[in-house]
Amino acid sequence: MEEAVVPAAHVHAPPEGFIRKNVFSLDHKVIGKQYYGLGLAAVFIGMGLSWLMRFHLVWPTTKVPGLELLSSTGAPGGVITPEYYLSLLTMHGTLMVFFVLTNAPFAGFGNYFLPIQIGAEDMAFPRFNMMSFWITFCAFLVLILAFFIPDGPPISGWTAYAPLSAVGKDAGPGLAWGQSLWAMSIAIFCVGQLFGSLNFIATTLDLRAKGMTFMRMPICTWAWFITSAIGLLAFAVLLPACLLLLLDRMAGTSFFIPAGLVISDRLQNHAGGSPLLWQHLFWFFGHPEVYIAILPAIGIVSHVLITNMRKPMLSAKVLIYSMMSIGFLSWMVWGHHMFVSGMNPTSSLLFSFPTLTITIPATIITLIWLGSLYGANIQINAASLFALGFVSMFVSGGVSGFFLAQPSIDIYLHATYFVVGHFHMVMGVAAIFGIFSGTYFWFPKMSGRMMNETLGKLHFWITFIGTYCIFMPFHYLGLVGNVRRYSSFVDDFMAPLMPVHKFISIAAFVTGAAQFIFLYNLIHSRFRGKQASENPWNATSLEWSIPSPPPWDNFGGKHPVIYHDPYQYGVKGSKGDFVMQDSPEQV
Amino acid sequence: MGKLFAIILTLIALASAYPILTHMYVQPVDISTHGHAIDEQLSDTMAEAGFAFLGAQLLLAFFVWKYSSRKSGVKVKHLPGGAKLMVATAFIFVGTEVLALGVLGQKAWAEVYFTAPKPDALQVQAQAGQFAFYFRYPGADGKFAPLHPDKIDEGNGNYFGLDPANDVEARDDIVTAELAIPVNREIHLLMHAKDVGHSFYVRELRIQQDFVPGLDLSVHFTATKTGKYEIVCTQLCGLGHYNMKAYLNVLSQEDFDKWLKEKASEQ
Amino acid sequence: MASGSYAQAVAPAHLAGPDRASRSGIWVGIFAITMSFAAFTSALYVKQGSGEAAHIVLPPVIYANTLALLLSSLTLEKARRGIARGLGSEVPKSAAGMGWMVFTLILGLAFVAGQYLVWRSLAAQGLYLATNSNSSFFYVFTAMHVLHLFGGIAALAYLIGRLAGSLRTFRQSLFDATAIYWHFMGVLWLYLLLVISTRL
Repeated sequence: MEEAVVPAAHVHAPPEGFIRKNVFSLDHKVIGKQYYGLGLAAVFIGMGLSWLMRFHLVWPTTKVPGLELLSSTGAPGGVITPEYYLSLLTMHGTLMVFFVLTNAPFAGFGNYFLPIQIGAEDMAFPRFNMMSFWITFCAFLVLILAFFIPDGPPISGWTAYAPLSAVGKDAGPGLAWGQSLWAMSIAIFCVGQLFGSLNFIATTLDLRAKGMTFMRMPICTWAWFITSAIGLLAFAVLLPACLLLLLDRMAGTSFFIPAGLVISDRLQNHAGGSPLLWQHLFWFFGHPEVYIAILPAIGIVSHVLITNMRKPMLSAKVLIYSMMSIGFLSWMVWGHHMFVSGMNPTSSLLFSFPTLTITIPATIITLIWLGSLYGANIQINAASLFALGFVSMFVSGGVSGFFLAQPSIDIYLHATYFVVGHFHMVMGVAAIFGIFSGTYFWFPKMSGRMMNETLGKLHFWITFIGTYCIFMPFHYLGLVGNVRRYSSFVDDFMAPLMPVHKFISIAAFVTGAAQFIFLYNLIHSRFRGKQASENPWNATSLEWSIPSPPPWDNFGGKHPVIYHDPYQYGVKGSKGDFVMQDSPEQV
Repeated sequence: MGKLFAIILTLIALASAYPILTHMYVQPVDISTHGHAIDEQLSDTMAEAGFAFLGAQLLLAFFVWKYSSRKSGVKVKHLPGGAKLMVATAFIFVGTEVLALGVLGQKAWAEVYFTAPKPDALQVQAQAGQFAFYFRYPGADGKFAPLHPDKIDEGNGNYFGLDPANDVEARDDIVTAELAIPVNREIHLLMHAKDVGHSFYVRELRIQQDFVPGLDLSVHFTATKTGKYEIVCTQLCGLGHYNMKAYLNVLSQEDFDKWLKEKASEQ
Repeated sequence: MASGSYAQAVAPAHLAGPDRASRSGIWVGIFAITMSFAAFTSALYVKQGSGEAAHIVLPPVIYANTLALLLSSLTLEKARRGIARGLGSEVPKSAAGMGWMVFTLILGLAFVAGQYLVWRSLAAQGLYLATNSNSSFFYVFTAMHVLHLFGGIAALAYLIGRLAGSLRTFRQSLFDATAIYWHFMGVLWLYLLLVISTRL
């Protein structure tokens, strides 16, 4: 690919004033931090919701002091009702998938580091970028509002299947304004993401510095680029789906609601709609969405591993092509969420083949990581521990996919805790480990200070062991048929399994508490951390060639020129066993 | 600390595999004719998954043990075979896996979905609604009367919306809250959703199928052991989802005939 | 934005980074919008199986609208030539360019007004958003198109405002992006008209 042209004069003027610098900022670095901060708020809320869920499952009649203040109908006297459990479940999923996993690793770190890693001053469209964050923030507020309306948040899960989500309040609490707020929030979120993806793609295509060919971009830049391409098309489908849902709910249309439904003794005034249509539209978005959640983490972890192995990957190119293959295949597999949905059984079989095939690039990536560790000089620090932990989690989460990819096995495992274990391993743990790894790695660059290594390592150990304790048992529960999305377990066969649930809940509380170590470390280090140098990890990519924290225009008005790929480790460089990308020295 | 990582990871991997290897968590007994194919598929997959899981985790642990905390000045080296070897391994390992699991797995799926119910299968209709299952047998005329949603009256036990006054076929339809079936007889279960999405799941029967409002779906199966088994809803349907259950009561042909006669007289 | 000087407007064909990004950006945006309408179309196809609805007879004004929109693409290209001539001349101004731009905007607004008449005509036949499946899709397709057209109209209005002044500060890249988007709106409308007339 030809070399990019040196960009013209400054994309925007230096910011002045508190509001312009910190609130409505055009600076991709500030916007990245804002996204990260939003993700941080969302993850702690989401984690709190999961605590309430785990508490209720094991101690269903015990009151949670003060919860009645949040919802007097949902938790009268502090005891969670079945419907409120489902509200917590819905909001937990929605917050985590959208506002954490699509935010922090992609919009957060991507916004901050993609322009720097390609040698640009800022994103291509800084105003669109600023809008994309504030639109996302609005979406967050609209969603959270659902907690505070009298009828409460929706109870249909983050998947909001129709007709439950489409018919309105006859079908249950939270399904009036709560569900509408949910649909509006997600629709607004889609717009924000579309603006963001647009920026990532245009910036990567056109603002690369001189010498920064596509194959010289770091693996995490590639991951963000591929993710934004997926996101562009995926959110472009979810937005119409949410609009049609809102029309069914508020304008009397029947896109998703068939005739003859009797709910709460009322014959519904709809006809001609298809509940499966919602599932198709939702999962056509929903499956690529999970790759949007994991690809940036794959990129970040690869980046962190290379630096901490002091050697390149066996082949960065193969890794990149594998990520692209995953992106490509992700469009063909959505039906594996619908094997027993009433869809044509032949379609189910057809969907299972690309689903199983995605294992190939995922295995290639894993084997490249493992194979690259051979002969390495592994540096152990908080960032690399989370990166190595990611590899372990990716394997664990991935192998349970072998089961669910097959329709015949899915007959038995669908809607059980096995599925919940699978997606929590890959999304709830692995992707989060990617975020942690990136944080420990890039915090010095973003703030000019080092995080506390001891606290970081403590955070890692509790989280690593704790998340295995929480989510590995989910698979065993699924194998005996423990059904998901139940607010209580009233079946006889569940009684002997309650000790397992108790173990999980306690592990969840302990592991969750450890996240406050991370939060404390973040805040404390921001103000009291040891000063960080320009390149504390002796890394090669462009972000390590500029001050910590970087100036408003990243490269201080200079235009970097690139001579190498970012994998020059284990070589004889003037600064040590590495050569930076913008260093003209030969290897 | 790299060595600590290796040790802890190894312990975690072994601890994770332990409950599977010692059969601590086993599926309930299979009472269906097609279930063995599913169970076989499940254990084949478990073997492959176990191999991949333990192989990868232990390899990760080994490499971190061996290649961390090394002497300063050590030279890094590359795996002989490089990326090509990894790609080849992935294709060969996953290639065989995809072929084996995907192709062989079709058999179990086909047994459930690509075979038509036998013409003499016993037809029963199941209706799922917030938050109960009801069942309907066609009665002596062997016909199911049409459903009239506007006639549904739960208070008076008219769960299906039957109109015996105007529909002749409705007069002998038998509505029950329990799905009783004769053992070793194929059942053709017609599935009707009254309000929102639900699902029909009987673990022992190795059957799971969603009810979709507006769609005429069905499953067919044969139960091979008598007994009472739970039918649970597995598609989130509202606040009572966790408690939406019914019983599958597999009876001998004789007992079933008695039961059906009893129910008919109760209508 | 600081960039976009007169010098840049007559810069060589090889555009600088941020301006080339405008072009990539608009194509990326168009790709996303196409995907959204593909989603709406697939919703129509999935739903066509269930339920019968009478074919919607299109009010004739819809063809006049179509003509207006297609014509507006031609006038926009006329404007481009006028502006290019203006940029090349000694006095950086283009009354001709401005005129054609205004004509384009008027045609665009005429289209929107015409679509309003189409909706009124449908309502007169008793076809509202929720009446039946066909009418629902009709309103959704046409309304979504008009909504996106408003984006183009806003961009046209902004450019006209810029053209009122000197061409010194005219941003060619913004014009190019708007033009691409505007033509896409015409192509999209043709596609939607095809779907509406054959499937609804």
